[in-house]
Amino acid sequence: MIMLKIDNVTVKFGGLTAVNSFKLELTKGEIVGLIGPNGAGKTTVFNVITGVYKPTEGKITFIKDKSKINITGLRPDQISKLGICRTFQNIRLFKDLTVLENVFIGNHLRIKSNIFSSILRLPNYTREEREMYEKSMYLLERVGLTKEKDEKAYSLPYGKQRRLEIARALATNPSILLLDEPAAGMNPQETKELMKFIESIKDEFDLTIFLIEHHMEVVMGICKRILVLDYGISIAEGSPREIQNNPKVVQAYLGVE
Amino acid sequence: MKYKKKYKKKSNSILYICIFLVILYILNKTLDPYKLRILNLCGIYVVLGLSLNLINGFTGLFSLGHAGFMAIGAYTTALLTMPPAMKEMNFFMQPIVPFLANVEWSFLPALLMGGLVSAIMGFLIGAPVLKLTDDYLAIATLGFAEIIRVVFTNLQSITNGALGLKGIPATTNVWWSWGMAILTILLLKYLMKGSYGIAFKSIKDDEIAAQAMGINLFKHKIMSFTIGSFLAGIGGGLLGNLLGTIDPNMFRFPLTFNILLIVVLGGLGSIKGTTVAAVIITIMMEALRFLDESINLGFISFEGIPGMRMVVFSVLLMAVVIFRKEGLLKES
Repeated sequence: MIMLKIDNVTVKFGGLTAVNSFKLELTKGEIVGLIGPNGAGKTTVFNVITGVYKPTEGKITFIKDKSKINITGLRPDQISKLGICRTFQNIRLFKDLTVLENVFIGNHLRIKSNIFSSILRLPNYTREEREMYEKSMYLLERVGLTKEKDEKAYSLPYGKQRRLEIARALATNPSILLLDEPAAGMNPQETKELMKFIESIKDEFDLTIFLIEHHMEVVMGICKRILVLDYGISIAEGSPREIQNNPKVVQAYLGVE
Repeated sequence: MKYKKKYKKKSNSILYICIFLVILYILNKTLDPYKLRILNLCGIYVVLGLSLNLINGFTGLFSLGHAGFMAIGAYTTALLTMPPAMKEMNFFMQPIVPFLANVEWSFLPALLMGGLVSAIMGFLIGAPVLKLTDDYLAIATLGFAEIIRVVFTNLQSITNGALGLKGIPATTNVWWSWGMAILTILLLKYLMKGSYGIAFKSIKDDEIAAQAMGINLFKHKIMSFTIGSFLAGIGGGLLGNLLGTIDPNMFRFPLTFNILLIVVLGGLGSIKGTTVAAVIITIMMEALRFLDESINLGFISFEGIPGMRMVVFSVLLMAVVIFRKEGLLKES
């Protein structure tokens, strides 16, 4: 079952074409990797899916409960409400909020009670808040940050910040999760744990995962399908083995002999 | 259950409020009228400081239009509470518009109406202006406050123009001013503890991340701005009915500056800080009046310069911004 369909999306910044006729179909339950040299336009692809940039050309369709939703040009908050959530390459946690509040606020987009019931702490609000709190605590337990729940997010070490960002994204109840370099800055041991973690949340939360990664170990290890981007153009697509032996990919990474 | 622990302090705060009310009762009986007036002003500045802190400190919207919202609140409340005979005396240049000529509401509904009108204006202004960020927002809101002042100066048949309003019933007493102050403190406390309050803070922290987490930036900004304007209107209404006389020139930029001073000194995003700073600064504004007068130290004497005391605040503000950006009182 196809979840997300990207049709010939092009993003231009003035004269620069960051992404050129990008095509992708994400099937439910798969983990797809996006790789490519620095500046290839990988993060731009994420930004255009999540609504940070509007595509110059092309169309993005999100399929939810068998109904097709055209999400091209929607605002980022509308897109995450529909069920596509992301993490950031250069970690964007809410630094002044506590670890728990960071995850808690991920639930906020599904809140039904209004601001007045929140101020007056009416039963309909407190019930929701309690659910949000319990879900957040569960997610923190899943990423192993229960002990740090009252610490400020900025005081966490790098690896934990990455995990917190994933927990925060999971709090929004996504059906598609976009991970932008989740293993960046992690040591080999942490990287291994992360791989296991990604596979386990995929099954538990019924996710479809699309990730950008430079660690080849991660990409080759957990992705069934890999796309390679170079200068905004998709140059190869296939299984890890096919990608490893593709001369175009080798050329893009190592240059021409 | 750990979740419940968060709200166990409730009974404690009720106790504090009771103790405070007793102190207020004693002060109300013992202070002379001049000191009582300062006490009233303290309460009003708590309301105003917190309302600006909600917008600037918690949500991170750099708004400088507070004086405008206060003017709206002050005029609405004043016009609704003034007895018809007094209105007739005030409006000798041009008669007051008929629909306002004979209304005389009691204070509470008039005050709430003042807040409401101010909130509606906040909503209408916010809609176009909150798309801007940082300095642009500051300039736009500042311009709005000036527009309000100029409009009020020229609406002769509604606001009595530059002559202002005199003989507004002096209803505001310590119970009104501090009652509203306590309500505002509680409102902000519960707002910021809840999901919406945390959403405001997250917007201040990182707009892009907040939006990626599904928070509708515009909707939340306008909620914060409207509540802030409502409270500013209430503060303005209290102020008008304390002073007994208002005119458009009262609501110039320096008034916004005073409130901004309270917010920055107390700490952006700190309820406790703003409350304490509001009291201290309001008292200091009066206590430092001797600096405006000529000073004779025996061997040397200075001539009085009006406004000297503001230099103290400016120096204090600079020191805080340089050495303690989080404000004097902000907890960790």
